[in-house]
Amino acid sequence: MSLTQSFLAQTSGDLEVGLKAVGAGMGYGLAAIGPGVGIGIVVGNAISSMARQPESAGMVRTTMFLGIAFTEALALIGFVVFILLNFA
Amino acid sequence: MLLAAGLEFPPVSHLLQWPDLIPTINKPILINFVAVIIPLVLFALAIKNKELVPTGVKNLMESSLEFIEESVIAQTIGPDGMKYLPFLASLFFFILFGNIFEVIPLIQFPSNARMAMPAFLALLVWVVYIAVGIQHQGPKYFLNVINPPGVPKALLPLVSLIELVSTFIVRPFSLAVRLFANMLAGHLLLVTFAVLTATVISGGALIVIAPLPFVVLIGLIGFEILVAFLQAFIFTILTAVYIGGSMHPEH
Repeated sequence: MSLTQSFLAQTSGDLEVGLKAVGAGMGYGLAAIGPGVGIGIVVGNAISSMARQPESAGMVRTTMFLGIAFTEALALIGFVVFILLNFA
Repeated sequence: MLLAAGLEFPPVSHLLQWPDLIPTINKPILINFVAVIIPLVLFALAIKNKELVPTGVKNLMESSLEFIEESVIAQTIGPDGMKYLPFLASLFFFILFGNIFEVIPLIQFPSNARMAMPAFLALLVWVVYIAVGIQHQGPKYFLNVINPPGVPKALLPLVSLIELVSTFIVRPFSLAVRLFANMLAGHLLLVTFAVLTATVISGGALIVIAPLPFVVLIGLIGFEILVAFLQAFIFTILTAVYIGGSMHPEH
């Protein structure tokens, strides 16, 4: 049996499950790119401003956590989509 | 192949659902009860000893309240936000103790990894900051939300729509999803490495590499303690930011 035939012989259910898994994995990977870069920028700038003005470190740290929280939300929504596609 | 044969990841429904102990009471509910009782007992103990120089439990609770005052309220709302300290402190301790059960042996489940708890807490925060806005600005609160100052007239319809959606829909949604997804991801991560360690130990010759996943597991537990604390802190500080935004409209 050739590869094409074995592919065609599979039921559409198998194909659906497989495509779902591929979509979930790729979706989470893509969702993690932007927030990864974003959190890097947030933390990097926070550290450089803390190094320039150590006396304002407390305020900068609070604001940094806020920035991380907002940026991270996108990656987490990607993770939730991954969970929903794979397990729900 | 040898590893893949023995590696059986338990289904997610098995990881997240428990049979009811008695009707409607299962493990996450019990964890929530304990997460309410522990801070209550700690604060009761702290109030009980009345010495001037705080020691022990009293010292701990006083410094944690001071932490919330200084790094949450003072940085976001300002001095007139101190009256929200009880609300914010309750939120912080409830979420912290609900999360920290993720790494307590034999329990090992963060109650906030079920969507019901974060969703309820986010809804509570939603009601509170809208109520604070109406209390401080009257019905003009809704007008101030959709009409931020300093926006060019041509952009106003777009900005109003974005502000409306982000304030009343995205805020509670992202608040709930952030807490839920962080705790669920941490729980799944710990389960993955625990399963990997167990598989490798029972895998015959593979026992040579058994320390590797085990060391990663230990490291991850430390990381998850940090995450549990950080998520409680972020939830509290975002609540404070939203309340502060409702109290002082931007001018």
